[in-house]
Amino acid sequence: MEKDILILAVESSCDETAAAVVKNGRDVRSNVISSQIELHKLYGGVVPEIASRKHIEKINQVIEEALAQAEVTLDDIDAIGVTYGPGLVGALLVGVAEAKAIAYAKGLPLVGVHHIEGHISANYVEHPELEPPFLCLVVSGGHTHLVCVRDYGKYEILGRTRDDAAGEAFDKVARAIGLGYPGGPKIDRLSREGNPDAIFFPRAHIEDAPCDFSFSGVKSAVLNYINGCQMKGETYSQADVAASFQKAVTDVLTEHSMQAVRETGLKKFAIAGGVASNSSLRASLEEACRKEGVRFYYPSPIFCTDNAAMIGAAAYYEYLAGTRHGWDLNAVPNLKLGERQV
Amino acid sequence: MRILALDSSGLVATVAVVEEDKTLAEYTVNYKKTHSQTLLPMLDEIVKMTELDLASIDAIAVAGGPGSFTGLRIGSATAKGLGLALGKPLIHIPTVDALAWNLWGTASLVCPIMDARRNQVYTGIYTFREGKLVVLESQMAVGIEELAERLKKYEGTVIFLGDGVPVHREKLEKDLLAGRDILFAPPHMSHQRAASVGALGIQYYKEGKTETAAEHKPDYLRLSQAERERAERERAERERAEKEGAGKEPVC
Repeated sequence: MEKDILILAVESSCDETAAAVVKNGRDVRSNVISSQIELHKLYGGVVPEIASRKHIEKINQVIEEALAQAEVTLDDIDAIGVTYGPGLVGALLVGVAEAKAIAYAKGLPLVGVHHIEGHISANYVEHPELEPPFLCLVVSGGHTHLVCVRDYGKYEILGRTRDDAAGEAFDKVARAIGLGYPGGPKIDRLSREGNPDAIFFPRAHIEDAPCDFSFSGVKSAVLNYINGCQMKGETYSQADVAASFQKAVTDVLTEHSMQAVRETGLKKFAIAGGVASNSSLRASLEEACRKEGVRFYYPSPIFCTDNAAMIGAAAYYEYLAGTRHGWDLNAVPNLKLGERQV
Repeated sequence: MRILALDSSGLVATVAVVEEDKTLAEYTVNYKKTHSQTLLPMLDEIVKMTELDLASIDAIAVAGGPGSFTGLRIGSATAKGLGLALGKPLIHIPTVDALAWNLWGTASLVCPIMDARRNQVYTGIYTFREGKLVVLESQMAVGIEELAERLKKYEGTVIFLGDGVPVHREKLEKDLLAGRDILFAPPHMSHQRAASVGALGIQYYKEGKTETAAEHKPDYLRLSQAERERAERERAERERAEKEGAGKEPVC
């Protein structure tokens, strides 16, 4: 048995300040998240400068809490993992500068992690048996990717959104029907009271790229529908609009995912990212995977939202692969999936 | 006593290790790389060159603002991370006070100006009496015209320094302070220097003005744009409501 590797991970790419201690990439000893969501609600979305300011106010407390909950000190830690992209540059820089300073002062290896690779790795935390290769649908407020995880740290993008991310469409539609921010959970909840077949919203398919996505069309169709009702002085059912919209998005995500399953012949399918908590999407993918004879993996909601445990999981495999970042590590706001800047 | 000092509030990145009777090392870079890429490698260079044991420092002094929001946070997060890992306190030094310290000992007025955009400068008015920094007007964000007006309250030569000088020099010389004795500090004393942050750090440390790494946060002297706009919107709404409310009052 090789020596256990304990990683302290830090995540600050958007509006959650998070730290976690993870053993051997799978065993989460602590997972602390300080969410700023209540603050950003006042502005209808994440304000980058406010997010950065909150990160710097909370980051030490969050890290200290993560160490305390794991009942370890920095002297027990083997490496520091940190998200260095993609995300809001000012927000990322707080975590990167903090993590670098801690690693430097303690003489620990520093491992920069791609935020989305972190989301994908969230699946390792709760599924000890899950190993690459597998397919993963990453759906969040900023990302919509169909990814083939060939091996640890080896990613191939099979499909991506051409315009809005799925979560972004949820937020915009939620705002249009007066639900407010954040849209995903609110639409999910309201949809349970609505008829998903009440209104037909378009499902976009991109010619020559059957695994790519486009959500700006369905979003516009919802806005047009609402405008049309208002112009005619008619009322509309918020719940029906929410449910019908959610179904349109779910259908496309499921259909394209299964297209990728058939193309690759892989028998394991996972989801990740904030929208992976959506109950309709989970149910739809679960059913589709069952029909295709594919094993379906999904993380608990706490590991779908931005968190540092997932960063610790990803950092562990990067650490094993020998990734070490220098003290000049910078935030890379548009870091590409699978890209390595060392 | 040994203080590690950092300043990444402006264009330069600067790191120093100072003691009461000597500057052990000071490293200042004014180059296009971001502070995120330079600050920690600079500290590493100092540590190697001076065979410094980081555990031997008593506290970490950091220019806590004002300055570039992102630049301040890189310095603060670096100091907070070091403080957390080393178990050392932080010392929050006002950026403009540290700039003024570059001109230690002068009996003239010292007026650092940092370009704050939006037609403002981060500034303050200082002088030295018997080797002690005297804060005549503490650091603030104001228009250059208002600064000129404030300077008129004080007699004597004014020495300007800081990265706001190239932006405002001509206007100060030819217009706002025409006829007044003014000087502009040469480059070696015009920019942020971590040794100055450290010198003030020693003073603060002796006065017990330290904070924990967790407590520390930058002092931006300004709200974010979103907060400012929200405050303005709310004020406008309140005024409108008051006006409407006043109109409804019964006329006796």
